[in-house]
Amino acid sequence: MPFNLLVLFCVTYVLILFAVAFLADRAALRRGEGFLRSPLLYTLSLSIYCTAWTFYGAVGYAARSGLEFLTIYLGPTLVFVGWWWVLRKLVRIGRQEGVTSIADLISSRYGKSNGLGILVTLIMVVATTPYIALQLQSVTLSFNVFASDAPQNWALPDRGATATWVAGGLALFTILFGTRNLDANERHHGIVMAIAVEAVVKLVALLAVGIFVVWGLAGGASAVLAQIDASRIAETPVQMGRWASLIAVSGFAVLSLPRMFQVLVVENADEDHLARASWAFPAYLFLMSLFILPIAVVGLERMGPGANPDLYVLTLPLSEGYGWLAMLAFLGGFSSATSMVIVEAIALSTMLSNHVITPLWLKIRPRTEGAGELRLVVLTARRLSIAAVLSLGLAYYRLSGGSAALASIGLIAFTGVAQVLPAVIGGITWRGGNKVGAAAGMSLGFAVWAFTLFLPSFGPDAVMSAQVFQQGAFGLSWLRPQALFGTEGMDPLVHSVMWSLVLNTAAYTLGSIATFPGPVERVQGAAFVNVFDGEARGGLGWSRGQPEPEALLEMAQRILGEEPALAFFEAETRLQGKAGYLPDPTPDMVASLERRLAGAVGAATAHAMIAPLFGQATVTVEDLMAVANETAQIMEYSARLEAQQDQLGRTLRQLGEANALLTQLSEQKDAFLSQISHELRTPMTSIRAFSEILAEGGLAPEMVTKSGGIIHAEAIRLTRLLDDLLDLSVLERGAVHVTLGTVDLAAMIDRALAATQNVRPERSFEVIRDWQSEALFLHTDADRLVQVLINLISNARKYCDAAQPRLQIAVKSRAGRATIDVIDNGTGIPKADQSIIFEKFARLADESRSGGAGLGLAICREVMANLGGSIAYLPGRKGAAFRITLPLRFVPKLGESVASSTVS
Amino acid sequence: MLNRTPLFLAKSGYRSRRMTDAARLLPVVGAFLLGLPAIWALPAGGAYSTATVGVYIFVVWAGLIAAAAVLARHVPKSDPGPPPPRDQI
Repeated sequence: MPFNLLVLFCVTYVLILFAVAFLADRAALRRGEGFLRSPLLYTLSLSIYCTAWTFYGAVGYAARSGLEFLTIYLGPTLVFVGWWWVLRKLVRIGRQEGVTSIADLISSRYGKSNGLGILVTLIMVVATTPYIALQLQSVTLSFNVFASDAPQNWALPDRGATATWVAGGLALFTILFGTRNLDANERHHGIVMAIAVEAVVKLVALLAVGIFVVWGLAGGASAVLAQIDASRIAETPVQMGRWASLIAVSGFAVLSLPRMFQVLVVENADEDHLARASWAFPAYLFLMSLFILPIAVVGLERMGPGANPDLYVLTLPLSEGYGWLAMLAFLGGFSSATSMVIVEAIALSTMLSNHVITPLWLKIRPRTEGAGELRLVVLTARRLSIAAVLSLGLAYYRLSGGSAALASIGLIAFTGVAQVLPAVIGGITWRGGNKVGAAAGMSLGFAVWAFTLFLPSFGPDAVMSAQVFQQGAFGLSWLRPQALFGTEGMDPLVHSVMWSLVLNTAAYTLGSIATFPGPVERVQGAAFVNVFDGEARGGLGWSRGQPEPEALLEMAQRILGEEPALAFFEAETRLQGKAGYLPDPTPDMVASLERRLAGAVGAATAHAMIAPLFGQATVTVEDLMAVANETAQIMEYSARLEAQQDQLGRTLRQLGEANALLTQLSEQKDAFLSQISHELRTPMTSIRAFSEILAEGGLAPEMVTKSGGIIHAEAIRLTRLLDDLLDLSVLERGAVHVTLGTVDLAAMIDRALAATQNVRPERSFEVIRDWQSEALFLHTDADRLVQVLINLISNARKYCDAAQPRLQIAVKSRAGRATIDVIDNGTGIPKADQSIIFEKFARLADESRSGGAGLGLAICREVMANLGGSIAYLPGRKGAAFRITLPLRFVPKLGESVASSTVS
Repeated sequence: MLNRTPLFLAKSGYRSRRMTDAARLLPVVGAFLLGLPAIWALPAGGAYSTATVGVYIFVVWAGLIAAAAVLARHVPKSDPGPPPPRDQI
């Protein structure tokens, strides 16, 4: 393939990427981001994990160390397959807090501390600069592969020039599509679309080369397997320590690499996309690694010992005369390198501008200088940062000479970025983790990494003198960079991974345990760890003080620009149900403003900008406790309210029942009044009639006698009725005169039975009694008790409708009380009436059978109450059944009028 | 009065809880299976040939992907949660 054609191809490809990014951005603007939010795009954008290191380097890695290259993809596979543990929480926190980068996540979690943000930014820049250099190197190397075909008159670009051109182009692309918006939470649609296209290109390219190698060159899968065992790759078996620690480190790195965090958390549009990516991304890695080993084996066999194994993907098809396949492979490698550099540059520039440049600017010029001024500063800072990051990578590449094997740089970077992980994992699972611990852990881990892995990677006498290698720092033998604390003979990488992460975690936990966190840290710690509890996050930090809404608006305009800030304030005002542009500065409103600003400039800066507007900038632990107390009180209060409501409900039901009873009684009272009038009127009428007859005179003596008799009988009836009424009113007022004496119960029952003989004397009653149990002496008012018994027995005689009426009187005595049951074998009293028979005016529906005015049972109840007992209807017997309960020995309460008598 | 989470769940709820348990367990199982090659390599020269170990790793890998795909369908969807930081205006 001619070299100039390659350059043309390359430029065309880049132009296509520009067009894709441009169209995607425009489509998102016009049609909304609906179609750009798909799990497929999300998964493809995650594929930036596979950089040129994967595309070219994995084959070289496999050729040198056999199966070990797989660990780089197995670690992320385990992390994604186990997304329910960590990834899910990270993504939720990222969305809830408007996190802009991993530095922002850590600074926000540990009390919105900008110091931590700077530390993380520093670690990330140092660890990933070689990684970016690696990408530039791979593009340059791949260009040089084709350079041998370059025509003589073509000015062959030297190595440095290619790298510079590539870096410049990438910077342009990233600045164009990566810094359109200030808000880091806004998706970079153009870039995501472009890297998705690149993801497809690199996968297709690697699969194409792999299929060509296996079925085109090696002669099928089984032949390749045999070839693997025959090659020198088979002589380097898996090493236990490296295998385990590389899986772990690559798993950590996939969480903490700035570019991975960017696509995984910051660019995430929908949490459910993560569920799809949990298997789709491992599947992508699976396909990417499937043909690595065959390519390495066939390359080793065919290309000879002189060829660079890192470039087999390119040189194998080229040497076999498949120019187009080599072209595809070149595009794949180019895609891998560019997409990684673009996203890494965006992520690092966000960190640099939010944690270093903007805070610095605010320190130099804290005064307001008009709307949107800060926005311009941040955007410029971001653009400069992108250029700076790429220049740094370029500089590193030129200085290092691009000689080191690709894989070793990648692993060094992985171990470096993994140093932030203890603080991240601790921060989202352990509320006790604090700023001091995080700072101590990350600094120590970073220092150990630099001393044991990063600096030695330049070789002896490059940065560190050979003397330090041999005898340790400061001549202390236990401080040798590759044998810390006497751990000699370890693999340098495993040695560094172990010591950096162990010391890092130890410093983090010990520092956290030994020191006390500030209030903002504690608030943030609770919010992060309990992110799934759905507890509403109040504007806890802003519960005191009242900033002027104008001041807030002015400040928001500095960052967001005039129009967006006004729109935000208008929306907030509308949310509060008001019109205009100035909402009340409620804690909720301020918290939401802070989150909005945090999405642009990071949590620490946003917090620092809002704080001065409150007069008192700090929240104290006492404030925190006060708010927590308030919450507890509100909860307790609402619990009490609930209890009261239950109580009220019960009372309401009781009142309803009482009301129903009252209504019924009122109706009965009306009925009773008409009945009593009727009862009074009937005898009065006959008395009047007969007395008129008598007054006329001239009657036969027997007629006079008869009329007089009738008048007398009717008058008695009237008197009895009035006596009953009088009796009842006396009983009810409790003014009854009780005459106590010791009486024989059996005798009283005898008296009652005898007195009721003449009630419906035509019916013969069978009376069942138990003499033994009736042998009971009571200390009570005999006459009153007999009155009750008479009433019950006569009722039974009157109303029992059985063909062979039977009356049972059962007596029991227990626990100082006697019960007397009077039971007949009639149909009894209907259930509906049972509750009212003891009421004063109660009369059952069947009036024809009643002789009285419905006062009998009411009197009985009052009598029993006056005797310290009670009377109740016994349901569930065959007929009507009443139970009298009374004390064996009645002791009246003080104040009751009692006459004692020995007479019985 | 404050704790209203039920002690027992209906069948569907129970199922999705167990699916979550399985999703939590999967990486542990995966780590164990993918750790085995390191132990096989302990005897001099390794217990199995490189090609065999390679095939084993890819089979386990495919199994993990398939299991994760099945579980991703059955674990409960994330609840809508709080609204993401205000919509861009």
